[in-house]
Amino acid sequence: MDPTQSTLVQAQGLLRTRQISAVELTQAFLERIDRINPVINAYITVDHDGALEAARAADRCLRAGNATPLTGIPIGVKDLFCTENVRTTCGSRMLANFRPPYESTVTRRLKEAGAVILGKTNMDEFAMGSSNETSFFGPVRNPWDIGRIPGGSSGGSAAALAAHLALATIGSDTGGSIRQPAALTGISGLKPTYGRISRYGMIAFASSLDQAGPLARDAADIAVVLQILAGHDPMDSTSIEADVPDYFNTLANRLDGLRIGIPEEYHPDGLDPEIRCALKEAERVLLDLGASIIPVSLPHTRYAIPTYYIIAPAEASSNLARYDGIRFGYRCQEPKDLNDLYTRTRSEGFGPEVRRRIMLGTYVLSSGYYDAYYRKAQKVRRLIAQDFHQAFEAVDLLLTPTTPGTAFPLGERVDDPVAMYLSDIFTINVNLAGLPGMSIPCGVDQRGLPIGMQMIAPVLKEERVLATAHAFQCATSWHQRQPEL
Amino acid sequence: MSITAETVKHVANLARLKVDESGLPALVRQLSDILGLVEQLNELDTGNVVPMSHALDQPMPERADEVTNSNRREAMLANAPDTSQGYFRVPKIIE
Repeated sequence: MDPTQSTLVQAQGLLRTRQISAVELTQAFLERIDRINPVINAYITVDHDGALEAARAADRCLRAGNATPLTGIPIGVKDLFCTENVRTTCGSRMLANFRPPYESTVTRRLKEAGAVILGKTNMDEFAMGSSNETSFFGPVRNPWDIGRIPGGSSGGSAAALAAHLALATIGSDTGGSIRQPAALTGISGLKPTYGRISRYGMIAFASSLDQAGPLARDAADIAVVLQILAGHDPMDSTSIEADVPDYFNTLANRLDGLRIGIPEEYHPDGLDPEIRCALKEAERVLLDLGASIIPVSLPHTRYAIPTYYIIAPAEASSNLARYDGIRFGYRCQEPKDLNDLYTRTRSEGFGPEVRRRIMLGTYVLSSGYYDAYYRKAQKVRRLIAQDFHQAFEAVDLLLTPTTPGTAFPLGERVDDPVAMYLSDIFTINVNLAGLPGMSIPCGVDQRGLPIGMQMIAPVLKEERVLATAHAFQCATSWHQRQPEL
Repeated sequence: MSITAETVKHVANLARLKVDESGLPALVRQLSDILGLVEQLNELDTGNVVPMSHALDQPMPERADEVTNSNRREAMLANAPDTSQGYFRVPKIIE
């Protein structure tokens, strides 16, 4: 069997029973990446030497019998997690040659667990985008149809999995950037509770919304990776001090007694009928597994996009002020004075979408506008969060579509930011409320493109989302479909 | 709401970004579209709502004020575009 076609949990078994060595497994993925990545463009940097060195170390651990569940597992990491001495670009010209002098907590934990980091995956520039078209390193192609976008901003992480270029990947999600590309490429992706995984060394976009999370082929694989990543980190002041449950051993086959809410606002008239139909069918599967389905309302849902497009650009404009061409990153040629250095460095180093969001953020924070925009948005953010808290008094979990449509053609929305922003209409709310949300495949449209469904749980109830996803995947086979490459 | 070309140029200057005259009309239109979207929030009465600045309303933790980093000057300067004698170098700022 070709080991690149296995799940993470299956590969664990192959490694532990010595049917394959970590070096052989890593080589199989590196060879596949060398062959397929030129078409898909899922990786910006492939670390052949570092991966093989980690695989040799993993083989020593496996022989000595002190392996962790991730020892020898090949993983791709979104290119916004700082990796010491390995180029970390954030998809931007600004950081095209940046070699971080320190390690992010996410990658440090992966390395300490013995995982093999294959490389750094492509992404929208500074994680700003829903299609992976804003990357300085070129768009990522959707493995289901290379004329279509894979979603974004973690488009490289999602496409790498769909194309079997890793057993798991790490993404980040500020407004849907794990769940939306997972849905559009037919894989599973989890955004944990805000603060569940450390943000230390994760290049900042919107600090009150950013959260790292795993993408994988199924819920069981995600449980294994989340176990390593979750937990308190003193290096991140927003990291939560709470016990980490055993995610793998709480996976379920049945859902008896589980109350699932269906928010009416997530089924608007304009929803793609094929997505509506796939969600109806998913409800039937969940009922068969023992769950009950209850209609609920989240009345402030439609204010989430406007709220997000004040808060996220405002925080981004502050975070991205650090890119001044002096301490690290790109610097323009022959600046005539300091102001010219700042202005040309930033205008040449950032792409159009990043510049647009910095300007929007600067505008809403500028003198005289702060109360009208940023403060107003923070108030509406609370109303949106309260909708969820009230809904969770009656139900245990919410089920929604992940996206309003399936993968769209490359180039279709690049000149229309508002149309692009609306791709995240069902995912942004979850970031504003800080909740865990997960997308898993639940169907296909008439073109054969994947459809995703989103499950949302109360704060720190990742295990409930994973258990539900696992039970659904035991009863369905959508997550096993593979594109022809 | 629409935003004027003058405001766009002013904001660009605040953010230390340059706007080409040729790209200005498209940028004015796009920013106006986005601001039109966010104006929907004015439909809501939020007079008594407490602003939400943290996703979980957690207090900020404190730690002891101790030095934990070692001196890594070389590593910190390694990514700088221009350095001299252990410092970051910028164009002359005093005439």
